[in-house]
Amino acid sequence: MSKIIPVRMGELKIDKKPQKLGCNGLGSCIGLIIYDEFRKIGGLAHIILPTGRKNGNNEQKPGKYADLAIPHLIEELGSAGAHPRRLWAKMAGGAHMFSLESDNDISRIGERNIEAVREILKQYKIPVKAMDVGGKSGRTIVFYLSSGELKIKTFQKGEKTL
Amino acid sequence: MVNPIDKLTPFQIDALRELGNIGAGNTATALAQFLEREIHMEVPAARILPLEEVPQIMGVEERRVGCVLLRILGEAPGKMVFLIEEECLRRLLTLVFGEEPDDLEGELERSALQEIANILSGSFLNSINKMTGLSCVQSLPNYAMDMAEAILSSIAAYQGQFGDHVLFLETSFSEGDNQIFSKFFLIPEPGSLEQILEAIGAESDEQDNSGPNG
Repeated sequence: MSKIIPVRMGELKIDKKPQKLGCNGLGSCIGLIIYDEFRKIGGLAHIILPTGRKNGNNEQKPGKYADLAIPHLIEELGSAGAHPRRLWAKMAGGAHMFSLESDNDISRIGERNIEAVREILKQYKIPVKAMDVGGKSGRTIVFYLSSGELKIKTFQKGEKTL
Repeated sequence: MVNPIDKLTPFQIDALRELGNIGAGNTATALAQFLEREIHMEVPAARILPLEEVPQIMGVEERRVGCVLLRILGEAPGKMVFLIEEECLRRLLTLVFGEEPDDLEGELERSALQEIANILSGSFLNSINKMTGLSCVQSLPNYAMDMAEAILSSIAAYQGQFGDHVLFLETSFSEGDNQIFSKFFLIPEPGSLEQILEAIGAESDEQDNSGPNG
C-alpha cells in the first residue's frame, strides 16, 4: 500500500499510478483533480481563493488561486505526458463552515471558489466528471491515480466514492 | 516577499505573549464566575504564529472540534477564535450542566459553548483594551463543529493575507481533577498588530535601534 501524498493549502502536486493524492480538512478550500484516465497521470490542487491575477500576485504557491492553479495543472500534466483532450476533472470542497449572518464575505468564499473553478474549467474545455461541493461540512479527500476514484470523508455523512 | 514574522523583534514577541498571558488570566476569573466554581488556569503555550501555520495546529490527525469565531470591531480590528476538542468540550459542558450532555451539537449545548466563548473573549478583549488604551468590541459569536483543519483553513482563507501573524494561546482550565484544554487565537487584521504594539510601547522603530545588542 502506498502512502497518501498530502497536498496542503495552496499546494499543487502531479503524480501517476499507483500513487494517491489527498487533502485533509477541506473547508471553504477546493480540492481539484485533473486526470488523464488513459495514462493514469493526474494532479491535485488545494485551492484557497478564486483569483490571484487581479492582485498582480506573483505567488510561489501556484495552487493557491483557482485562476493560476488550473492553467498550471494543465501545463504540468502536459509535460508529464498527459493528453489535453483526454483530461477530466473531479472536485470537492467549497463548504460554508460558519453561518455568519452579519458577515457575508466569509460565508461566500466557498461558493465563490466553486463558481471560479467551474468557470475556468469550462474555459479550458475540461469536463467535470463528478463533484461534491458546498454544504456545511469539512471534507477529507483521497484521489486514487490507479482508478480515478475520489474518496470523500465527512464527519456527518461518513465516506463516499465519486 | 518578506515574511512579516521576521520583522517582529524578540522584544515585541515577548510583549505580545505577555499581553496574551494577562488576558488569559482574566478569562479564568470570568469563567469561574460563570460556572460558580473555583477555576485554575494555566497558559502552557503562548506563541506568535504565521497565519498559514494555523490550520495544522491540531496536527495531521483528523480531529473534531467545537469552534467559536468572533469578530473584533474598533481600533484594532481582527478575529478571535476559540477552539476545543470534542472530549474537552464534553467535560466543559458537563461542568456547565452538571451532567454529561447526550448531544454535543444540541441547541442547548451549542448556545452554552457560544456563551462561554463569548464570556472568555469578552474578558480577554477587555484586558487588552485596558492594557493598550484602545477601544475594541466584539461581534456576536459564530459557531462551527467539524474537522479542525477545515474550520481553521476557512478562517485563514478569509483573512487571505498570508504572512500575517496570529497570537496563539494554549489554555488549560482545571476544576478539581477535571482538566479542560482549549486553544485561543487572536487574528489581527493588517495594521492592527502595529496598533497594539505601539499602544504598549513596543513599536518597531525603537527596537530597531536597540536591536544589535539583543
